[in-house]
Amino acid sequence: MVTFTLNGKDIAFDGDPDTPLLWVIRDEAGLTGTKYGCGIAQCGACTVHLDGMPRRSCVTPVSTVEGSDVVTIEGVSGAEAAAVQAAWIGLDVPQCGYCQSGQIMSAVALLQLVPKPSDADIDNAMAGNICRCATYVRIRRAIHDAAATLEG
Amino acid sequence: MMQQRAFALAALAAAVLAVPAAAAELEPLSSFDTITDEAARSVALFTEAGKVIEHPRCLNCHPVDNVPTQGMDMHPHEPPVVRGEADMGAAGMMCTTCHGPENVRVVAQADTLTSIPGSATWHLAPISMAWAGKSLGEICTQIKDPERNGGMSLDDIVEHMSHDDLVGWGWEPGEGREPVPGTQAEFGALISAWVETGAHCPQ
Repeated sequence: MVTFTLNGKDIAFDGDPDTPLLWVIRDEAGLTGTKYGCGIAQCGACTVHLDGMPRRSCVTPVSTVEGSDVVTIEGVSGAEAAAVQAAWIGLDVPQCGYCQSGQIMSAVALLQLVPKPSDADIDNAMAGNICRCATYVRIRRAIHDAAATLEG
Repeated sequence: MMQQRAFALAALAAAVLAVPAAAAELEPLSSFDTITDEAARSVALFTEAGKVIEHPRCLNCHPVDNVPTQGMDMHPHEPPVVRGEADMGAAGMMCTTCHGPENVRVVAQADTLTSIPGSATWHLAPISMAWAGKSLGEICTQIKDPERNGGMSLDDIVEHMSHDDLVGWGWEPGEGREPVPGTQAEFGALISAWVETGAHCPQ
């Protein structure tokens, strides 16, 4: 039995401990905002926060999150998340949208760690989140906008 | 008849080729006993240990710049990552974003990637411990230098090489990756014997 919290709710999973966290989030908990992209930690679509840090859930055996706090796009909150949400809406960042929950989870984590990131900070932090619609320019701009909002 | 023989030979060749190559080995310590000059023996011991040290499995995370490499061809890490201030990646894209406490088999059907490597202390070697592209002699001198080796004594080096978990990952690199030669115990014994013989370095 693996126990952890998912968006603040207690989860007890008694299946195969090697099951990827992403499977538990989507299939067991029914939270489908987190996406399956590549399955090999190359695209970032499955990014969640594990104890406050970004983590690719497709390569995370559920056994390794015992006792941890997992937050997904459905549960992310706080000033950074609100600023990112507003900036994303303001710039109409998504195109097809498939990668965007991963992009947003990475962007929120970046702003929690670096409140006023440079272009280089953004490029380095977001390099593992691929967007096949190539919305990268809007993503970078939206992160700057969110940082400006947070700065007040 | 000739055709049958040719077919049989081809089948035999295919069978031989299908057998996986034996894991690379390290020479046992006893094989260095014939080198009577102690300094020369010391150099020979380190050179043998160099089969591990200069293996891509080790060099990939001892880059001379700020980007780790991957694979036996040592191509740049994909996705693109950077060293970061603490040798743990950039803020928001740390090593731990993808690398966990142990190797993980991937669920996707990727032909060239069957597991994500991991270890509890997964990180890049500090820039002072960069090895890639350097000669074995340069690496040897660097390993002995407390200014560049994290303040380790030679005894500390022996302990580190013999028992450190991240060093040990080289022999357990996960599915789809060639391990470094020999065993960690054999490697540690080579390093220990190298220190006992004066820790002399190759040119």
